[in-house]
Amino acid sequence: MSDFPDDLKYAKSHEWVKIEEDGTALVGITDHAQAQMGDLVFVELPEIGQELSIGDECAVVESVKAASDVYSPLTGEVEDVNDTLDKTPGFVNNDPYGSGWLFRVRIDDESQLDDLLDAEAYAEVVEQEG
Amino acid sequence: MAEVKILNKTPLYNCHLAAGAKMVPFCSWSMPINYGSQIEEHNAVRQNAGMFDVSHMAIFDIKGPEVQKLLRFLLANDISKLKGPGRAQYTLMLNESGGVIDDLLVYYIDDQNYRIVSNAGTHDKVAALLSSQVQNFDVKLTEDKDSAIIAIQGPKACKLAHSVLPDQIRDVASALKFFQCAKVDDYFISRTGYTGEDGFEIIIPADKSEKLWNNLLNVGVNPAGLGARDTLRLEAGLNLYGNDMDESTTPDESNLSWVVSFDDPDRNFIGRSVIENKEQTHKLVGLVFQGAGILRAHQKLIHNEQEIGEITSGSYSPTLEFSVAMARIPVAVEKEIFVNIRGKHQPVKLVSLPFVRRGEVVYKEL
Repeated sequence: MSDFPDDLKYAKSHEWVKIEEDGTALVGITDHAQAQMGDLVFVELPEIGQELSIGDECAVVESVKAASDVYSPLTGEVEDVNDTLDKTPGFVNNDPYGSGWLFRVRIDDESQLDDLLDAEAYAEVVEQEG
Repeated sequence: MAEVKILNKTPLYNCHLAAGAKMVPFCSWSMPINYGSQIEEHNAVRQNAGMFDVSHMAIFDIKGPEVQKLLRFLLANDISKLKGPGRAQYTLMLNESGGVIDDLLVYYIDDQNYRIVSNAGTHDKVAALLSSQVQNFDVKLTEDKDSAIIAIQGPKACKLAHSVLPDQIRDVASALKFFQCAKVDDYFISRTGYTGEDGFEIIIPADKSEKLWNNLLNVGVNPAGLGARDTLRLEAGLNLYGNDMDESTTPDESNLSWVVSFDDPDRNFIGRSVIENKEQTHKLVGLVFQGAGILRAHQKLIHNEQEIGEITSGSYSPTLEFSVAMARIPVAVEKEIFVNIRGKHQPVKLVSLPFVRRGEVVYKEL
């Protein structure tokens, strides 16, 4: 079964968001998303400084069998990206909520977090997809 | 209301579930795409031994005094090149315009008994063509729907298979050379495969298949799914029907001229008159790519700022650890080819096929 930590927020499009102590947000794809894709072999990340809006196609994760878009769950500026994924995209499979994070966003408007799902609501979305 | 489609299950369905398979619909069958990690399954076949359930493939038996006459008309390769019974041949079924209806293996059991194993996705049209053609010859066609097919592949595949086969079957199996086959009791064994590695394909009655699968599992043969099967065959430079060839492409455009035999000037086979007089316009080539992204089927190829063709099969190669592909391009184009990945044009290298054979990287840059 997929794992959805309680301290994260989720988007229906299978990204997770973690608010850090400095107020920035880490973004990745969920355990469910990585399991659906299978072994990841390439990750294309956004540019540092890129302005993102909710729903933007901002990254691509490619497994052996297919490429999938990652949609920004937040509006804000990309402050950092996880360069280690260039060499080891498998981090996303093995540790999707830790070393497999994709990028960090500086967010101005915190109220947008209210529109994301909590772990329980996201688990329901996954269940409904079958 | 959505149409509810019931998927066929192979005799090994429960074995797949027991091994933790992720099952997916494939050509109206429920098949294992992987059992966890597709890359690990791929590497197991290259380095040790893996097994695939390919029971979804179609088995046709054609028997009778005119079976050779029928197959020399129906198939593009010439079965008379087989030196004797107990041999298999890779061949094509063509349409009247020389397009490929299916690629298949034909097995020579005896002068009046041949077996065909063809793709699951083309089952209905192949069955229809066979049924209509057999009416013109003194032969009888039957389809074997009560068997399972297990492909055991890898450098240790033969040794591990020997260790679980009954004595009299093992004696026959161990004497088989590449592309030879034998029927012993209710086993049909051929030293063939779709991975670029050594191994066997074994056809056995459905009710004996779980036991064979479990015995192979117990001696360390790794279950491998359709995902690994695809990356293995791509590295081995083996075409996939529907991707790398179909009814709109002729054998020369799919790197398959070697499969068509014009040796006997008097042999008339379906499609011959068209392909014999046709000038080759396109070729199927190998590509390697170490830039940002993965080559995928249908990505467009660019040369001199013109779109010249597309990738027919592409993937990450677990053996090479970068992306490889097969692509169809005009015969004259030999260099300066770019692939369009998400709007960016990136250079790809044209290489010889296969990429990998018997565990070794063998491609050369052209």
